[in-house]
Amino acid sequence: MRHRSLLVLTTVITTGALTLTACGSRDGGDSKDNGGGKKTTVVIGVDAPLTGSLSALGQGIKNSVDLAAKTANKNNEVPGIEFKVEALDDQAVPASGQANATKLVGNKDVLGVVGPLNSGVAQQMQGVFNSANLAQVSPANTNPALSQGDNWGKGEFKRGFKTYFRTAATDVVQGKFAAQYLFRDAGKKKVFIVDDKQTYGAGLAAIFADEFKKLGGEVVGTDHVTVKETDFSSTADKVKSSGADSVYFGGQYPEGGLLADQIKKTGAVVPLMGGDGIQDPAFISASGEANEGDLATSIGYPVEKLDTAKKFIEDYKTEGYKDPYAAYGGYSYDAGWAVIQAVKAVAAANNGKLPTDARAKVVEALGKVSFEGVTGKVAFDEYGDTTNKQLTVYKVEGGKWVDVKSDTFNQ
Amino acid sequence: MHELPQQLANGLALGALYGLIAIGYTMVYGIVQLINFAHGEIFMIGGFGALSAYAILPTGTSLLIAIPVMIIGGAATSVAVACAAERFAYRPLRSAPRLAPLITAIGLSIALQQLVWQFYPDAKKAVSFPEFKGAAFKLTDSLSIQRADLFVLILAPLCMLALGVFVQKSRSGRAMQATAQDPDTAKLMGINTDRIIVMAFAIGAAFAAVAAVAYGLDKGQINFEMGFILGLKAFTAAVLGGIGNIYGAMVGGVVLGLAEALSIAYIEDIPGMSQLGGGAWSNVWAFVLLIVVLLVRPQGLLGERVADRA
Repeated sequence: MRHRSLLVLTTVITTGALTLTACGSRDGGDSKDNGGGKKTTVVIGVDAPLTGSLSALGQGIKNSVDLAAKTANKNNEVPGIEFKVEALDDQAVPASGQANATKLVGNKDVLGVVGPLNSGVAQQMQGVFNSANLAQVSPANTNPALSQGDNWGKGEFKRGFKTYFRTAATDVVQGKFAAQYLFRDAGKKKVFIVDDKQTYGAGLAAIFADEFKKLGGEVVGTDHVTVKETDFSSTADKVKSSGADSVYFGGQYPEGGLLADQIKKTGAVVPLMGGDGIQDPAFISASGEANEGDLATSIGYPVEKLDTAKKFIEDYKTEGYKDPYAAYGGYSYDAGWAVIQAVKAVAAANNGKLPTDARAKVVEALGKVSFEGVTGKVAFDEYGDTTNKQLTVYKVEGGKWVDVKSDTFNQ
Repeated sequence: MHELPQQLANGLALGALYGLIAIGYTMVYGIVQLINFAHGEIFMIGGFGALSAYAILPTGTSLLIAIPVMIIGGAATSVAVACAAERFAYRPLRSAPRLAPLITAIGLSIALQQLVWQFYPDAKKAVSFPEFKGAAFKLTDSLSIQRADLFVLILAPLCMLALGVFVQKSRSGRAMQATAQDPDTAKLMGINTDRIIVMAFAIGAAFAAVAAVAYGLDKGQINFEMGFILGLKAFTAAVLGGIGNIYGAMVGGVVLGLAEALSIAYIEDIPGMSQLGGGAWSNVWAFVLLIVVLLVRPQGLLGERVADRA
């Protein structure tokens, strides 16, 4: 029987080991030292998933921050200071994000960090940055608890981390906006809600459910899916037999695309709606032609339609980055630019030199920045949230995301 | 309650897919006692091989012609990678302690994933795969079967049957059984055990490629990470059915697939269990089932064919 127990043992050990392999981390930095002579080097850290299924978004974030740094260097935005970017890969894994945060804190030249993509990763990074007084600006986190505290749902707003800022609007805004659109504009009354149990997905689905019920709609069923799973046919059949006229999905596009596809394959003719996590071309390619009419909200106005973004898009092309700027490129550029502006203000207040407590000063200065960015006006409120509350609903038409309604959200 | 026949059909199709991949784990384990954790990636590479074969075909080729080409292309890629892995990653370690090839397998699994991620065009996220067009076959009002599911449901038993005949009737098959029972004696009897081991890897890889085509046709997309969870599930299926037993792999796959589908649909209807049902818990129930089987019947449902050695 010796072999048998060895088999059981290896089963257990290797299952554990394989789970751990998802947590490896790899440096993806490709910033170059331009050799700025006597210039002081300021590093802008980037943390995003640079490998794995969300890497398309992560690469877009990295490149956009890189572009912001290059632009600042070229324009001599802050005299005497050369910006460099150090990008770390978190693979969308919270533990890797925390390790990266520690690493960035250890580098004395880092005065601000852009990232991460995922709210769940941000949760693990906030504390590390806060105790080191290092400013963090996320271009993509939408979970309200990150800035407004865990009890935001009960109306108790408390800023937990003074170093945390974001250029993305929160899920409160996004979930409510989605519910109002689905109920009023699309005329759907019976929704089936699915989420992926992650900080972002579950939070968004809960906000949506509350608002949808408040408006008079009915939630006819709920289910949860597991990230990286691909077979949702049983969940799809539950949707069909529930008699729902629409589905709301809180989660990311890899699962969302397959779920939308598998629901349609059961013969149920219902649109699936989600947040900015599914508003990606990969969502459409995941579900063939069957997802015509599926909906998604996303923060801001479509970047391609903004006059302020024309230069960004052009510069991005000129630099010849391998991956597209993706959904958060504009917000990442603005986040990077906000850090640059904060550094500029700190240097200007200290005779053009960086003070010894530069990190703390940058955090203070970030709270006061205000400029016209790629995505519109960039400024932060008392919680570190963006003051920009513009949103857009997108619809899949002819195999593309087409914007159908843009608005500024009011309670 | 949700329609039972439909959920059974879902579970069966999923289980057939697990079973096809599980063959690769079970055959390699049966012969060299190695759990080839890179097998999930062999499956994934089969999918990309099939996609490349499809890309070479002129656009508009009917799926009737394209599918056999994809299976051949996928199988060729999978088999080539599996044989190379056997030759360069496992054979040098064959007399090493058993933990060493296991660790190599995990390393190889990550390396293969990253290679596809890095070098296959657009593979940084899901790549779309040709899909069956047209509606599902409607058997009754409450039961319809997707075309891709039908494909795997027909192909899996055929593959099994062919493998069974091969192992029982052919000369190489018998040599394979002999090697599984006692490699040293088999070698003394003039069997080229190296060749037999390569053959076990190759057959497992070819089955994985068939599964990858079925998977792609069903989901309409493949991605470089898909081998990880599916490989883990297939490994579970192999252990469930009795690792080393090729029929056990199929039985284990089907049991696992049914357990997942039924747990998603019904566990939350049991009074007091509403929090423990739904898609989020299907993996939990699948692994609870595995633990129960290992506790009650550690040799797996069908037992290991070559048990007389342990």
